[in-house]
Amino acid sequence: MHPAVSVIFFTVASGAGFGLIFLIGLGFPVGGGSGQAFLISLIGGGLAVAGLLSSTFHLGHPERAWRAFSQWRSSWLSREGIAAVATLMLFGVYVLYWMLIGVRLTVLGGAIALGAALTVFTTSMIYAQLKTVPQWQTLLTPLVYLGFALGSGWLLAASFGDHGAPELWGIVMIALAWAAKWMWWARAGRARLGDLGSSPETATGLGFIGKVRLLEKPHSGDNYLTREMVHRIGRKHARTLRRLSLALGCGVPITILAIAGATGAPPMVNLLAALSMMAGLLAERWLFFAEAEHAVSLYYGHR
Amino acid sequence: MTSLPAPSEKRLGLVIDLDTCVGCHACAVNCKEWNTGAGASPLGDVDAYGGNPSGAWLNRIHTFEVTPADAPAQIVHFPKSCLHCDDAPCVTVCPTGASHKRAEDGIVLVTEDLCIGCGLCAWACPYGAREMDPVENVIKKCTLCVDRIYSETLPEEDRIPACVRTCPSNARHFGDFNDPGSDVSILVAERGGIDLMPEMGTRPVNKYLPPRPKTGPKTRQQTAPANPSAADMPNAEGGFLGWLDAALEKLG
Repeated sequence: MHPAVSVIFFTVASGAGFGLIFLIGLGFPVGGGSGQAFLISLIGGGLAVAGLLSSTFHLGHPERAWRAFSQWRSSWLSREGIAAVATLMLFGVYVLYWMLIGVRLTVLGGAIALGAALTVFTTSMIYAQLKTVPQWQTLLTPLVYLGFALGSGWLLAASFGDHGAPELWGIVMIALAWAAKWMWWARAGRARLGDLGSSPETATGLGFIGKVRLLEKPHSGDNYLTREMVHRIGRKHARTLRRLSLALGCGVPITILAIAGATGAPPMVNLLAALSMMAGLLAERWLFFAEAEHAVSLYYGHR
Repeated sequence: MTSLPAPSEKRLGLVIDLDTCVGCHACAVNCKEWNTGAGASPLGDVDAYGGNPSGAWLNRIHTFEVTPADAPAQIVHFPKSCLHCDDAPCVTVCPTGASHKRAEDGIVLVTEDLCIGCGLCAWACPYGAREMDPVENVIKKCTLCVDRIYSETLPEEDRIPACVRTCPSNARHFGDFNDPGSDVSILVAERGGIDLMPEMGTRPVNKYLPPRPKTGPKTRQQTAPANPSAADMPNAEGGFLGWLDAALEKLG
């Protein structure tokens, strides 16, 4: 699949943003009065909104995006739009009340945490629902998205909040999220189109005669299908990118957290861990798209 | 509404005969012509007369080489357009209601004014039947020539899809699959019409008629085995991808 930069940024940024909103909603300790409340909320809400705005750049007609709120009965994309906007509106009320009255509303916070988790879940289901991309079609996909959203959200919360000792929890969450991703990668290696019984033979129905090979494409140049679904350039550096994502997304943040926890460094040091993890997740998300095989590629002689 | 309707009374669709298709691409050309020149919005092209043309088509003809274990390879031309699936995943994923399946005849359509161009329906389709119009930035797909088949002004013989009307080798047939007496139902029954990628669970309406067995003396001689050398990786040129390509190359 074509790794669109707007969608990669969207899933990473809004994942971290909604992860932070989730933790704020659950009452993550934040000291320092309304100024600090504003700052941490701005970061959570800002990342979530920036991600959502970025995702609209992927659309052919962003001005019609509001129409996407209508088909929640059948469409995960529609559900995601509704969950995201509803959560952000509730979050706005929560933050205003927090800043002006100085009280964090527990019940509203709980609803916001639920909404944030639902938003990340619905995002992941947009991909996990697709039978055409067997590597994505697994409940491990939502698990990975939720794990990374919580992990990167926790690092941001640890940077701007006053948890006291967030490092150990951070290390546990990052390790668990990457454990889920490791399982995802292991499954993806076994869940290619061929493993699930799809081949040029089933795509054409000609397998009863013999081995099927594309002799000539329908068109001499590229088209939307080959650019979008038979995209292979992104796989060229898969091994390097996977190492990069593990180093930046897992190794570096855990090291920073360990050092910060051991030395009692100020919480803002955790921001370095958060930024590193998000950079690693950009590489991870690139691979999520670039390595995915779409069924249409069977008609074009590729995987 | 992007929920699928109850099974329709009529199930209109195509039968494509892989035995008689000669790979002339006339169906694709006439499809492009009709859907660009008729009442609907045109099928966009970019750089149509330049070095890198690209555009939206609703029908594409692949050509496959099929090699039996004990005989020379044979060529099969393979026209592919929307299969108007009974269980169309492209419909249910649509967030706006633009993509829909008609309750009266099962035709899958896109209401272009509602389409936000997210492309998710194209991702959901295993057959590559949906393409983004590069000019209008909305998804285009086969309409089964809904503007021809119900027309009251076209001559009677033209009230069939443009691809069917133009096929010089009679490889395309249009009709109601719910009517056991229709041409398409009879062809499917007699020739053993098949579904493409049944494992995807889409239950396509369109059916393909497999090539008839080759007659005449069989040669036992095998063709030279195709050399399955590793697909050479393309290079990204220029832009962000080009830069990334070069930067990652350096990293090893």
